[in-house]
Amino acid sequence: MTTTTLQQPGAPAEHEEHPKHNLTGFIIFLCSESVIFLAFFSGYALLKTSALNWLPNGVEGLEWRMPLINTIVLVSSSGTIALAEHFKNRENMALFRGFWLMSMAMGAYFLYGQAVEWSGLQFGFTSGTFGGTFYLLTGFHGLHVATGILLMGLMLIKSFIPGNYKGGEQGVQATSLFWHFVDVIWIILFLLIYVWQ
Amino acid sequence: MTIATFPPEPTPEQGWGRYFGFCTDAKVIGIQYIVTAFFFFLIGGLLAMVIRGELITPASDLVDRAVYNGIYTMHGTIMLFLFIFPVLNGLNNLLIPTMIGAPDMAFPRLNAVAFWLVPIFGFLLMASFFVPGGPAYSGWWSYPPVSIQNPVGHLINGQGMWITAVALSGVSSIMGAINFVTTILRMRAPGMTLFRMPVFCWTALAAQSLQLIGLPALTGGAIMLLMDLTFGTSFYRPEGGGDPVLYQHFFWFYSHPAVYVIILPVFGIFSELFPVYSRKPLFGYVYVALASFIIVGLGLIVWVHHMFPSGVAQWMRNLFMVTTMLIAVPTGVKVFAWLGTLWGGKLRLTTPMLFCLGGLFNFVFAGITGIMLATVPVDIHVSNTYFVVGHFHYVIYGAAVMGIFAAIYHWFPKFIGRMPYEGLGKLHFLLTFIGANLNFLPMHPLGLTGMPRRVSSYDPEFTFWNVVASLGAFLLGVSIIPFLLNMLSAWIRGPKATHNPWNAIGLEWLLPSPPPEDNFGEEVPTVISRPYGYGSGQPLVEHQDEIERRLALQEAAA
Repeated sequence: MTTTTLQQPGAPAEHEEHPKHNLTGFIIFLCSESVIFLAFFSGYALLKTSALNWLPNGVEGLEWRMPLINTIVLVSSSGTIALAEHFKNRENMALFRGFWLMSMAMGAYFLYGQAVEWSGLQFGFTSGTFGGTFYLLTGFHGLHVATGILLMGLMLIKSFIPGNYKGGEQGVQATSLFWHFVDVIWIILFLLIYVWQ
Repeated sequence: MTIATFPPEPTPEQGWGRYFGFCTDAKVIGIQYIVTAFFFFLIGGLLAMVIRGELITPASDLVDRAVYNGIYTMHGTIMLFLFIFPVLNGLNNLLIPTMIGAPDMAFPRLNAVAFWLVPIFGFLLMASFFVPGGPAYSGWWSYPPVSIQNPVGHLINGQGMWITAVALSGVSSIMGAINFVTTILRMRAPGMTLFRMPVFCWTALAAQSLQLIGLPALTGGAIMLLMDLTFGTSFYRPEGGGDPVLYQHFFWFYSHPAVYVIILPVFGIFSELFPVYSRKPLFGYVYVALASFIIVGLGLIVWVHHMFPSGVAQWMRNLFMVTTMLIAVPTGVKVFAWLGTLWGGKLRLTTPMLFCLGGLFNFVFAGITGIMLATVPVDIHVSNTYFVVGHFHYVIYGAAVMGIFAAIYHWFPKFIGRMPYEGLGKLHFLLTFIGANLNFLPMHPLGLTGMPRRVSSYDPEFTFWNVVASLGAFLLGVSIIPFLLNMLSAWIRGPKATHNPWNAIGLEWLLPSPPPEDNFGEEVPTVISRPYGYGSGQPLVEHQDEIERRLALQEAAA
């Protein structure tokens, strides 16, 4: 992955990343990523409104209590991650790590709840358009939650490098933005799948 | 900004090796993109020759019908995803940093990854020729239900590889778009406000914004298509409650704007080159710049015009007919501005200028047939006929590819440091212009009289125009020879180029040819006026005379 090996001695080695642009690039990425969800959401709505038999045979509807608890946990983790970021800015690394870890745990709980829900469902991925879109939407979102947890883990490890977060390091900010993004997507998803039945 | 040590020491010769490896220098990546794109251009062109060879007689006598389906599918896919998009990203890589005075792209490593995905998915697409069942055969748009059939039954099949390749192409384009947008927004030279930015950067910004908004929809749609094909879901399968038209929405929500992703940078090239070769400022700079973003806005709400015969509601047809026609307004603003630039100018008919003029001519023609196609009754009449094929090729080959050739001839001396040959260039132009019109004009009467597209045999009454079109196509095939000869011989032993051989105004022309590895480095000149100050005598940057004097000294010393 290094570029320097390709360069002749004496050539300037100027082509490193420009950290101050990372956040700009990341925000542009999130805007773009939201369009995939928008495509899935509109596909879901279109298929649902035009379907003759939306639910597969024998399926009454989706149980919403467990997912609601899941939703509350995930949305609250947006608060804890904001707190973590706040303490990072005040250079209180202990509280930063505490709240950061808590957000990770809440994300993990969400994924666990999702797995429990999936395993108890009466329908599969190929059970008509309802099954397909349900697993596609929740699965694709779940993939983002997992990515978020991984990113948070990475940032947690990086926080143990002495002085790493003093120079305006933007990984924390970007991860936190990503996590809020994942939450907002989930709220729309919850309304679309569980509330609108 | 001081210019104490300007111009920087020329970067020592680095040899050919870096063009074949993972290099993060935007100027190397730009050339990697362009050369790779032309490699695939030759393959896509060869497929076009087979198509036109088949169509020179009414009978299906050159290739098997099933093979023919694969050939036109791959021709379209290769030309769009492996030629046009990569070649434009190559130009973006070369031009954006030098035009705005940045040392490199914002994310050099991401840039290199985005490039290396191109040969990877290109290889995947080429490999699909050799799997059982052959390559994808459902046309470049891959509509279900044809595209979710898997008659051979293998997990690895042409259609699945096609979808994967297109998805990878999307990932590469998104990486590129994030990079270009960030670079333009964050790394401009001091004093270069948005309204002092060259129009090429405006159009690149507009085009890349379209990529960011549109492409994820196609990626989402393609994921669902792959699942229908591979895992037996029924998003688009009517027998399972799915809706094939849903895919068309996803596909065209991106693939119509994709045409603007292609043509907007070409508008940028026209806007750069017309002022240089008519020695006049660009007429209506602000309106030309802003029209790009009006095209972005409107371009996102026209996609249903590709689906007029697909059973969409009448109100949707009417609405999208109107939005489609509105696109003619910002586009017309640009054409008017170019004509205004040319009017009364001292025209220099160099090779790049000829390609621009030819491209503009073809573009206006394509715009007129575009308005015809936007009209619902006409569209339903000519849908899926050669009229559509003719219109599309006038836009893509007649306008976009000619604009790209213009850009290559114009900026070749800057980035290679040697001059291309004018005689070969003019021969290339003549063959291209005549070939393209001979090839694509007959498609219009063919379509109007009812010849369907994507057939390998046709009624003998269509023979005459098909023979003319095929001769035009073969002429286009020949036209690439002087181009390749020119590029290769100029690169190896062309006359050395000065820093500004065309006497053009722009930051890139204040750098040595070829520019040093990090362009201006730390000493980026401060921009003090709008671009295209031809004839005004006003300098573009602070210390312009001194910069040019030192560049001339450096050249005299070399």
